[in-house]
Amino acid sequence: MSAVADSTIVPASREAGIKAAEAAFRAAERRARMRRRLLPAAGVAALIATWAGLVYLLKVPPFVAPSPQLVATTLVAKFGILMANLLPTAIEAVSGFLLGNLTAIIIATAFVHKKSLEQAFFPVVVLINSIPVVAKAPILVLLLGNGMEPKIAIAALICFFPTLVNMVRGLESVNPQSLELMKVLSASKAEIFFKLRLFNSVPYLFSALKIAASTAVIGAIVGEWIGSTVGIGALIIQSTYNFDSAMLYATVIVGSAFSVTFFLTITLIERLVVRWQPHASI
Amino acid sequence: MTAPAVECRDISVRFMSERRVVTALEDVSFSVPVGGFVSLLGPSGCGKSTLLRVVADLIAPSGGQASVLGATPAEARKARALGFVFQDAALLPWRTALENVELPLEVGGRRALAAGAATPRELLALVGLAGWENSYPHELSGGMRQRVSIARALLGGPRLLLMDEPFGALDEITRDRLNAELRRIWAETGTTILFVTHSVYEAVFLAEQVLVLSANPGRVAALESVELPRDRDLSIRDTPDFVAITARLRAHLGSVH
Repeated sequence: MSAVADSTIVPASREAGIKAAEAAFRAAERRARMRRRLLPAAGVAALIATWAGLVYLLKVPPFVAPSPQLVATTLVAKFGILMANLLPTAIEAVSGFLLGNLTAIIIATAFVHKKSLEQAFFPVVVLINSIPVVAKAPILVLLLGNGMEPKIAIAALICFFPTLVNMVRGLESVNPQSLELMKVLSASKAEIFFKLRLFNSVPYLFSALKIAASTAVIGAIVGEWIGSTVGIGALIIQSTYNFDSAMLYATVIVGSAFSVTFFLTITLIERLVVRWQPHASI
Repeated sequence: MTAPAVECRDISVRFMSERRVVTALEDVSFSVPVGGFVSLLGPSGCGKSTLLRVVADLIAPSGGQASVLGATPAEARKARALGFVFQDAALLPWRTALENVELPLEVGGRRALAAGAATPRELLALVGLAGWENSYPHELSGGMRQRVSIARALLGGPRLLLMDEPFGALDEITRDRLNAELRRIWAETGTTILFVTHSVYEAVFLAEQVLVLSANPGRVAALESVELPRDRDLSIRDTPDFVAITARLRAHLGSVH
């Protein structure tokens, strides 16, 4: 006889039945959670295995594409060089991220307070944004020289636009009844801004920051492609010219690992800051 | 003689858009006595929410005059003589229930609560939310959120409470319960209430007087006194007196369509 049938007869065993069902539910949850973690890992493993298999079977020469083992060896052997080159790129990406987003937040605030500013300058911003990064980079190198400055500027420019657009929307899209409430309470413009609009914009800001976290790294790397001797971008160019495919792949892996870490850091900060709404898992 | 809580004379409101001019209200006159409870009843689009917003100084009338407690609506708003409860609770999602109730103390010129006035905690208890002070709005049900917004509107002891279909989005069981509680809160606080609704039952159960508005343009169609005992519970809706009043109101509503 099944536990469910028993539980309908005797109350004590009903409780046991509920406990058993709960245990089964928890076990299923655990299995689902394991699957959610294991399946992506299995996907990555399958990709690496296919890569290794293809390189081995087709006898691809190392200057065209390296085997995963070779990349792993290079990652370990050249770890010092890779980190030494990651540092400037990381500084440029993070500085550009801070500069670009801070500027975007300030300009969004100005736009929301003075509609005529937005009407006058938003088209200019759209125009600048429509220039591809690879075209902006040489212009900035000519303007700012060969140091970190042009790379920071490129990373900042690339972050700027999504944050500006999202921030303006976040500041403006307040619930009309909340706005009426503030008017009934005779709140000043500054109070409406600090108590209502700013908080309202935070979730919008974070979705822009998460985009900016990865694009800032791209900006810094693209900046380094033009006249730079250090950084992940410079290392990519050098290894390509030297047909050092293992080094190229190792560099790319270090760059994207940094990008992912940056993204996850922003996501973590978002979880700590935005506590007032139920979170979707990333 | 003291001034009535609300006095409206020939209020007209016209909204201009590119294509046409909409007359939301035309020559609406009525008054609410101090300590009274008046329901504004009418079909959707009859301008009852607009009328409430004229009284709250959220909309300037195109014609006519409104006064609140003998002053202009703007003066009453600045003196915090009125509280407003919106259709959706309009809570700030990043503030806990208690912090939402405290909001009126933080804006519009920081002001301390008058001595002897009910504290935010006491008001949450008054609306039946003791123990929920630290919950965020997303953790509360629709009915609880609306209770928080009522507590917020009551902070500082406003002499006039304006309510814009506050229970319109709630299920019937929750709405009934909140109706009964609103009668109790009205009796306990002694505040004047002007309550907008499109439910005939709600209008009659709550109020001492029901003002019926007709649509297109919004005008006063009837003013009905609710001759029911002051102490009411929900079962009063099955009494012949109650049914007779609702039938009369429905007749007014039917004739204005």
